[in-house]
Amino acid sequence: MLVSYKWLKEYVNLDDLTPADVAEKLTRSGVEVDAVHSLSEGITNLVVGKVMTCEKHPQADKLNLCQVDVGESDPVQIVCGASNVGEGQFVAVARVGARLPGGMKIKRAKLRGEVSEGMICSLQELGFEGKVVPKKYSEGIFNFPQEMIAGEDAMAPLGLDDTVLELDLTPNRSDCLSMIGVAYEVAAILGREVNVPEPAIVASKEKASDHISVKVEASGDNPYYGANVIKGLQISESPLWLQTALMAAGVRPVNNVVDITNYVLLEYGQPLHAFDLDRFGSEEVVVRRAADGEKIVTLDDTERTLSGDHLVITNGNDPVALAGVMGGATSEVENGSVNILLEAAYFSPASVRKASRDLGLRSDSSVRFEKGVDPNSVAEAGARAASLIQQLSGGEILEGPVEFDELNKNKKEVTITLNKINSVLGTHMTAEEVSQIFDQLQFGIDEKDGEFSVTVPTRRQDISIEADLVEEAARLYGYDNIPVTLPNTPSTPGGLTAEQLKKRKARRFLEGAGMLEAVNYSLTTAEKEAYFKEESKSRVKVALPMSEERSALRTTLIPHLLDDLSYNKNRNIYNVSLYEMGTVFHTEEETVTVQPEEKTFLAGALMGLWQEHSWQGEKKPADFFVLKGIVEGLLKELNITGEIRFVQSETRGLHPGRTASLYIDGTEAGVLGQLHPATAKEWSLPETYVFELDLSTLMSFPAEAVRYEPIPRYPGMDRDIALVVEEDIKAEELEKVIVAHGGSLLSSVSVFDLYQGENLEPGKKSLAFSLRYQNREKTLTEEEVTEVHTKVLQALEEKLGAKLRA
Amino acid sequence: MLDRLQELHDEAMKKVAEAEDLNDLKEVRVAYLGKKGPITEVMKGMGKLSAEERPKVGQKANEVRESVKSYIEEKEKAFEEAAMLEKLKKESIDVTLPGRPVSKGSRHPLTSVVETIEDVFIGMGFNVAEGPEVETDYYNFESLNLPKHHPARDMQDTFFITSDLLLRTQTSPVQTRTMEKHEGQGPVKIVCPGKVYRRDEDDATHSHQFMQIEGLVVDEGIRMSDLKGIFATFVKQYFGEERDIRLRPSFFPFTEPSAELDISCAMCGGKGCRTCKQTGWIEVLGAGMVHPNVLKMGGFDPDQYSGFAFGMGVERFAMLKYGIDDIRHFYTNDKRFLNQFTRV
Repeated sequence: MLVSYKWLKEYVNLDDLTPADVAEKLTRSGVEVDAVHSLSEGITNLVVGKVMTCEKHPQADKLNLCQVDVGESDPVQIVCGASNVGEGQFVAVARVGARLPGGMKIKRAKLRGEVSEGMICSLQELGFEGKVVPKKYSEGIFNFPQEMIAGEDAMAPLGLDDTVLELDLTPNRSDCLSMIGVAYEVAAILGREVNVPEPAIVASKEKASDHISVKVEASGDNPYYGANVIKGLQISESPLWLQTALMAAGVRPVNNVVDITNYVLLEYGQPLHAFDLDRFGSEEVVVRRAADGEKIVTLDDTERTLSGDHLVITNGNDPVALAGVMGGATSEVENGSVNILLEAAYFSPASVRKASRDLGLRSDSSVRFEKGVDPNSVAEAGARAASLIQQLSGGEILEGPVEFDELNKNKKEVTITLNKINSVLGTHMTAEEVSQIFDQLQFGIDEKDGEFSVTVPTRRQDISIEADLVEEAARLYGYDNIPVTLPNTPSTPGGLTAEQLKKRKARRFLEGAGMLEAVNYSLTTAEKEAYFKEESKSRVKVALPMSEERSALRTTLIPHLLDDLSYNKNRNIYNVSLYEMGTVFHTEEETVTVQPEEKTFLAGALMGLWQEHSWQGEKKPADFFVLKGIVEGLLKELNITGEIRFVQSETRGLHPGRTASLYIDGTEAGVLGQLHPATAKEWSLPETYVFELDLSTLMSFPAEAVRYEPIPRYPGMDRDIALVVEEDIKAEELEKVIVAHGGSLLSSVSVFDLYQGENLEPGKKSLAFSLRYQNREKTLTEEEVTEVHTKVLQALEEKLGAKLRA
Repeated sequence: MLDRLQELHDEAMKKVAEAEDLNDLKEVRVAYLGKKGPITEVMKGMGKLSAEERPKVGQKANEVRESVKSYIEEKEKAFEEAAMLEKLKKESIDVTLPGRPVSKGSRHPLTSVVETIEDVFIGMGFNVAEGPEVETDYYNFESLNLPKHHPARDMQDTFFITSDLLLRTQTSPVQTRTMEKHEGQGPVKIVCPGKVYRRDEDDATHSHQFMQIEGLVVDEGIRMSDLKGIFATFVKQYFGEERDIRLRPSFFPFTEPSAELDISCAMCGGKGCRTCKQTGWIEVLGAGMVHPNVLKMGGFDPDQYSGFAFGMGVERFAMLKYGIDDIRHFYTNDKRFLNQFTRV
């Protein structure tokens, strides 16, 4: 909402304040002023000029030589390029030395040999936006529609001596979508009076009802319809004060009747509509629901197809307006219109909202009806418009209006106690202070022993319960005056849940390991996911996606991490390791009807070198075992009880020979491996490694409590063995046999070498293990160890054909 | 014999003096002080001496031995030190060459902001609550006093999945879910971080996905002045002691009275600059007293309980804190961006 300060001052005395003061006060009490524009900013030396003569420039077809009276003894010569300049016009002249918005400075100039002393201005040159400039002046200079005095300052007549406050209204304050509403708000904040002019109607003896009847077939959505009839008017350009008021409010002037309906819309917040009575097509107004498929061409020359949800104004047969949204083209007020029907109605917010939404059509009118107009202003606004039309277009108002009226105009009554206000706010207001606040708001008050019975004017549709009154009291009392306290309720222990702590631990571990945390979008495409997941189950899809790129919820974190690697690679960053912790969404339903299962996944992607120290020549590329080391470390960090197994597996999108599935106590909890070269190619990536863990499942395993174990007091003994086995024997199998036969003396076993190649039979490999024997009770003897160790070696040979390497 | 000893002494001392390395010294030691050396030889002949001479010669022999020995040791020490110096000199390196970097990852700045804020509120007795990202219309809107066709729904453009399921547009549904779990019994003190989604075209200041932290306190006797107090504490801990706060009236369907919280501008200290658009204040979050309808729908009696709620944009906090100018940086995962937060 754009508020002309000049206009506002017609209702409230603001003589002692600046627009900036008022803006600050409004903002601090709940109506945010986004910007304060002074229309005169950057303009100097602008006067009214009278074009005495206007001839073609001798050297240029498109230029005119004008002798302009600027109130001095001699006229000045101005070269003007506008085609609409003409003799006898009163125009706005920027004199030599003048400044115009945008920093333009007017200098004496010579144009094609002719001296030009100033500039005849267009409205755009004076800072008006093109969309508010009347069509008549939009292609050329402006000329005053009335007799002026040459040489007078032109700022005031053009309304440039004004400041506009740009309000950013919250949805509840639709009362401030009107000048009068803003006036009430400003007056309440300042504790001043509001003066709203009473419409003065001089009606003729002729009755409006002789010309028109009103029938409403949908009274629920249209509880009030008032039709004024004005005859014998003359359509013309509006007077300057009306045009400048509209332009300041961001509305383009059209003609006097349309301008008045717009002016009253801005003044009262009540949308009105004027029909050309002679082209209305009948003598009855019938308000009804549209038939499904019924069509109407609206004022913007667009054909709209309607449904039974939409309310239309008809002439008994055809729709002539889309109720509360926009008029129809057939009965539009035009230059030759003489008799009009002026509609002032109340349309329900829901019906207008529905029509506006369905048809994608928002107007100044629909915006106000959607929020609910003041039931007590509908008829008054109609009268106000009728009286202005009579004043400015010379018409005759017939006795009326013709009305259909089932509108509830009762004021709401809300009760509240002083104690409630103070206990919610933490303030110590007195009954007098609260009374005064409600009084300033022009609410009716009946106070008894700290209990207020408040009668709320209908313009404040947003107030209906206690809390609404608390808010009014608070914002007028001033939020700054509310004290600063801490809750005096018993203190509570705060903290994280076990799961939240585990998530933080996992993050800390991965950071420590050198990975960068990524955050990606949850919305993705089914195509991207298809590289990793079969499209067997239906995905969770957005009903109306903004783009195909973001049409479905992800079921895996990997594709977006690959996008990230790709993004970095394209910027010549080749060594990247990222991880992400995020939600994935699963559903078992073909068509989703219930909330999908949400799980927290933890994924990582590694590309290029894992470690590098360039000048020492150290280059360690990321590989499967780097990846596995991270996952193993993470599992240790999460302190998960249960048997952890990595099982060679084939997973869509990953290298079939370099992929493992992770199992905890037999439950699959993740996968890790090299990205399948074909998949890597799709993302233009080099050798890349990824892991993805189902963190929700991992966290569901209980954590093992940490207990101190005494440090051994006796020395242990190490035995290293190199075993030659068939190539397909897994390290895990050998280790299991060693552990099974090492008995209580074996305290640890670890792989320290893998060898394949020369010096070995084909199809064989050598795996070396380091075994540590330890007895917690006493010093081990060589014999004890040898006895156990021999058993281990025997078992290895018997079970897996492992022989000690010679 | 005394002369012989003196002679041997002088000879040995000369050889020690002439020795060029540890080997030479070893030879001198063996030659003169060894069991087969000349001094020992001289000592063997002591038996032939008279009782008077014997102690004198013995003493002299010991003096000679000690003198030679200590001279040898002194020179040995000097040679060892020189050798060590030589060795260390050879081992010298260029200390200005770069060290081997310890690879350190980084926390995403959004995570970092979330965890810091969580910790501040945990310190004030809050718990952290979470909820689903796919929500029902009821939890996302209706239970928050936003019935269907409420004009305030215009403020949020929603990704619907079905007519009833949607991507949550705010973390506020966690409020109702948490209140329901409390079954009408206070106190509730939570912060709820999470991702939210709105139908916005992505640009420098808009993102269709972003993060919020919602907070809720419900108990008997909670006042709007408490909201101010909790925020003053939070802002001072998070943004610094010198930050002031102010509340401005605003509107949210789920709170009443509602407020925007501003903090004094860090760039200009409140004097007015470009960052704060000359106002001296920066808007950081929305808050208010929980609307009685919301309390009711969460199972709390609004006549007995009151509370306040607040919501803040994590990206906005990160942008303010680190001076980031484009919201899209948070979601492109450029290493050059992420690497800047290893120090956070």
